Amino acid sequence: MAELSMREAYGRALAGYGALNPKVVALDVDTSASTLSSFFSGRFPERFFNIGIAEPCMVDVAAGLALGGFLPFINGFASILSLRALEQIRTCVCYARTNVKIAASYAGLSDFKDGATHYSITDLANMRALPGMTVIVPADAAEAAAWVPLVAEFDGPVYLRISRAGALPVYQPGTPLQIGKGRTLRPGRDLTLVATGAMVGRCAAAAEQLSAQGIDARLLEIHTLKPLDRDLLLQAAEETGALVTAEEHNIIGGLGSAVAETLVESRPAPLERIGIHDRFCPTGRDLDKLMDACGLSVAAVVAAAQRVVERK
Amino acid sequence: MSPLTPEKITELAETARLLRVDSLRLIHRRGTGHPGGALSAAEIMAVLYFHLLRIDPTRPDWEERDRFILSKGHASAVLYAALTRRGFFPLSELDNWGELDCPHQGHPDRFKTPGVDMTSGLLGHGVAVGVGLALAARLKKLSYRTYVLLGDGESQGGIVWEGAMAAAKFRLSNLTTILDYNNVQLDGPVHEIMPLEPLADKWSAYGWRVEEVNGHDIRQVADALGLAAQIHDRPTIIIAHTTKGRGVSFMENQSFWHGNVPNAEQLKQALVELGEVSNG
Repeated sequence: MAELSMREAYGRALAGYGALNPKVVALDVDTSASTLSSFFSGRFPERFFNIGIAEPCMVDVAAGLALGGFLPFINGFASILSLRALEQIRTCVCYARTNVKIAASYAGLSDFKDGATHYSITDLANMRALPGMTVIVPADAAEAAAWVPLVAEFDGPVYLRISRAGALPVYQPGTPLQIGKGRTLRPGRDLTLVATGAMVGRCAAAAEQLSAQGIDARLLEIHTLKPLDRDLLLQAAEETGALVTAEEHNIIGGLGSAVAETLVESRPAPLERIGIHDRFCPTGRDLDKLMDACGLSVAAVVAAAQRVVERK
Repeated sequence: MSPLTPEKITELAETARLLRVDSLRLIHRRGTGHPGGALSAAEIMAVLYFHLLRIDPTRPDWEERDRFILSKGHASAVLYAALTRRGFFPLSELDNWGELDCPHQGHPDRFKTPGVDMTSGLLGHGVAVGVGLALAARLKKLSYRTYVLLGDGESQGGIVWEGAMAAAKFRLSNLTTILDYNNVQLDGPVHEIMPLEPLADKWSAYGWRVEEVNGHDIRQVADALGLAAQIHDRPTIIIAHTTKGRGVSFMENQSFWHGNVPNAEQLKQALVELGEVSNG
C-alpha cells in the first residue's frame, strides 16, 4: 500500500497540534512506536507519559491529568483500550466527564499479522453504548489528521478510531468536517451505501462497479457513529428506499446496528449489513486480502447492493 | 495548617466523633450505606478536612486547592459529613439522600456534590487518578498536594498496583495515599478473603515511602501526613491501622456492618456509645 497510514497521519497531526496547544498531553502504553504517538513524545517529552503495558492505569492517569486542567490524548491498541480498559473509560472518563481523548489505534483488522487477540471488532459497540461518549471513525489518513484539532477542541470524551494501515483515499484535506454530520460523497437514487472507516473507499469502488451495471448508488460517509446523523440517513432512506451499511467491525453493535435502529424507529427500508459476521478472524499476510476473506470485499458490497435493490 | 496543639487534638477528636454521629444518622435515614468503613476513617477524615487540606469551601474549584479522592467511594457518608461540617454545603441537603431529587449520589459525584474532586464508587481508581492529578500539579508548577483514601479490600485489585508503579516511576512526592486498614471486608476478614500481607513490604517494593500509624490516633495520623509533605523523592503511603465500625461496640470488626444499616434501636445505642445522646 503506497498511501500514508492512518496512524502516521494521526501521529504527525497530534505532534503538530501539540505545538499549538500547550494543554495537550499524550500518554501511551509501550506502543508509541506503533501508534506513532512517538512523533509527539519526540517533540514534547515533558508532556508525554509512558505508562507501560497497563491500559486501565493509562485511562485513570489521563482522567487525573484532565482534572488538573490538561487535555490528554491516550494512545494504545483499540482492542485493549475498548475491552480491558472499558470500565475505566466508563467510570473515570464518561461518568466523571473528564475531557479525555482516546486515540484507539490498530483498529478493526488492521493488525493483520497478530490476529484475533489484536483485532478490535467490538470497540464501536462498546463505545457507542457508553453515555457521554462521542465515537469517530476516520475514512483515511488525511481525514484522521483533520480530526485531531476538532477532537481536541470538542469538550468531552471522544473515541477516535485509527487504523494501523492506510485506506483508499476519500478525503480532500481542507474539506469541512463536523462531529455528528455525515458526508455525502456521491449522489445516487437507487440505493444508499452507508460506510465508515476503511470501508468508505471500498464502497466508493463498489459504487463505480454498480454504476457500470446501471445501479445508481449514493454514498454516505458516517464518520461519527455517535451522535449519529439521523437526518441524513432518513433522507437517504426516503429518497433511495434501500441501504447497505459497511464497517470493519462485527455486524453486532456498530454502524449497521445504529443505522438499523434509526430506520426501524422512523423510516423502515430494506437494509443489508456488510461487516464481520460474529466470528473471530484469522491472521493474514495482507490486510486487503484479509478484509476480503472476512466479508468486507468490494464484491461483497456490490452483491449486497444488488440484493437490497431487489428487495425494494 | 494550624499547629497541632493539645487543644487542636481534642478538637479534632471531637470532630471525628461528630463525623461518626453524622455518618450513622445519614445511613440510617437513607436506609442503605456502609457504616463500618465510614466509622473506621473518621479520624483520618477529621485530620484531612479540619487540619491539613488547603481548601476553601467558598471556592470548591480553586485551582491551587489540595485534592482529595475517596477511592473507597462507598464510605461516602463520612465524606459528606466532613464536607457539610467544613461548609461546602448544608447538611440539610442530605435530608432526602437516596431520593431521586437529592443531588448527592450514593457514591461521590464530582458534578453533584461541591468539594468532591473526583467521582468514585467503583473501587480501585484512586491511586491511578491521583497520579494524573499529581502529574498535572508538576506540569503546572502548582504546589497543591493530592491525597487518596484507599480501602484495604480494594487493594486486592490490580489497578491499585498499576497506579502504585506509575506513581513511583514519576517520583510523585506530591501524592500521598492513606490506607484505611480496618481488615474487614464484605465477606469477612481481609486476611481470609485475600491476604494482603506483607503489605508494607509490598508498597516499599513498589517504590513508595511507607509509614504505619494507628489510624485512630490524631497525632500519629497528622504527623505522618505532615512528614509526607516534607519528602521530595517519592510518594508516601500511610498504612493506617484502624478498626472497622470503630466507636460502636456491636459494629466493631464485624463484616456484617460493612454494608448493613442500623435500625432505630441500634442507631440509638450507637449514638449513646458515641456520647451523642443519653441512655434515657
